[in-house]
Amino acid sequence: MAAPCVEPSKGGFSFENCTRNARLEQMGLKFPKAYKTGTTIAGIIYKDGVVLGADTRATEDTVVADKNCAKIHYISDNIYCCGAGTAADTEMTTLMISAQLELHRLATGRAPRVCTANRLLKQMLFRYQGYIGAALVLGGVDATGPNLYSIWPHGSTDKLPYVTMGSGSLAAMATFEDRFKPNMSKEEAMKLVRDAIAAGIFNDLGSGSNVDLCVITKDKVEYIRPHEVANAKGVKQGRYLYKRGTTAVLSSETKKVEFDVIGTEVKTSAQPMDTQ
Amino acid sequence: MSILAYNGAAIMAMKGKNCVAIAADRRFGIQAQTVSMDFDKIFEMGPNLYIGLPGLATDVQTVQNRLKFRLNLYELRENRRIKPKTFMSMVSNLLYERRFGPYFVEPVIAGLDPKTGEPYIASMDLIGCPMETNDFVVSGTCSEQMYGMCESLWEPDLEPDDLFETISQALMNAFDRDAVSGWGAVVYIIEKDKVTKKMLKTRQD
Repeated sequence: MAAPCVEPSKGGFSFENCTRNARLEQMGLKFPKAYKTGTTIAGIIYKDGVVLGADTRATEDTVVADKNCAKIHYISDNIYCCGAGTAADTEMTTLMISAQLELHRLATGRAPRVCTANRLLKQMLFRYQGYIGAALVLGGVDATGPNLYSIWPHGSTDKLPYVTMGSGSLAAMATFEDRFKPNMSKEEAMKLVRDAIAAGIFNDLGSGSNVDLCVITKDKVEYIRPHEVANAKGVKQGRYLYKRGTTAVLSSETKKVEFDVIGTEVKTSAQPMDTQ
Repeated sequence: MSILAYNGAAIMAMKGKNCVAIAADRRFGIQAQTVSMDFDKIFEMGPNLYIGLPGLATDVQTVQNRLKFRLNLYELRENRRIKPKTFMSMVSNLLYERRFGPYFVEPVIAGLDPKTGEPYIASMDLIGCPMETNDFVVSGTCSEQMYGMCESLWEPDLEPDDLFETISQALMNAFDRDAVSGWGAVVYIIEKDKVTKKMLKTRQD
């Protein structure tokens, strides 16, 4: 590698490959697709707090890349965030804001508020003008009570009692519009969110697999993964093991792994030797 | 043609009983022309930790060098071997830093925890979104064929010798249905006390 061998890791994005990538595209080569979380994510405010729900499928074009990915991300002890859109963006954005919020908490000495996380997220997403494809449902309980926000990739936010995002959001929102009432009990709220996510899983092609739930109250957080295994994998009818020695091998080398010796103990016999 | 299919590659990793296996094809080609049949796509990052890099060949080598650099600094600072999960974070960060001008590689990581010996496999897309599974991971131009083979052949808790047969047959039959990958295969079976590297005899077309 020419030029500085030592990478100055200043943090933030690096644009060094952009000209080369543009030239590759000009040559006629197609740009590959990143993992998207097709997704159904939803959130609801109930009597004592917030219930967040998500499906667990990640797709790469039309192929299911991950059958059980976790879409409910930790932001702080009392705040969690569901992510839809480009999977890497939702993962990294929530990690970054979680770190920023922790530093903020240490600097102010107060428990973080959901509106702070919302402000940090929307300011970052707006700065990148929608190029960071992260659509989020942010929920938590803080000193002001339960709060729920939906955040769009371009940086707009909505503060609402119930929200849905992702490709299955229409199916989930239909369920909410039918059965939502303010001040539901915990069981009713969990059932409603589960039904909304299930509507997305069974009707939207981009969502699938299981339902994950996260119930946040003033005192505790229940991260239930999976809340329901809506689609269990079928049992294989046969074993397809090959006999040992089937594959033709040209050469084989074995390398022993050296163990790190961390301590040596030498025991001597209890009695001293007699010298006579 | 996609940028990832310019050079062609097929890599997969599987979990077994106290062991993991990672396998790759050996072709290096430029679109339709095969240039070499001994191109390394799996790199050793620790005595029990390997990474496979399918995709654009120049990025395979650049990412491998940059990663080794960061890993060396980590091991000098921490004075211990890196855990596979931490290494996965390191790769993810390296790729996400270039979110808007990415490296065209989709890595596959396989290893054992240096203390507990627990098997670990993970894969990523080209901008670093991690995916950890308990069965197998695949990446490359014939990923759909590899998904099919792995779903059929893999079962949990395979002994190292059976895991070798399973991963070899899954990989070979998958890349035989892909024009731009193949021309030889290499399989690493990683156990707590030894790593076995086998070269397979495959079709050369």
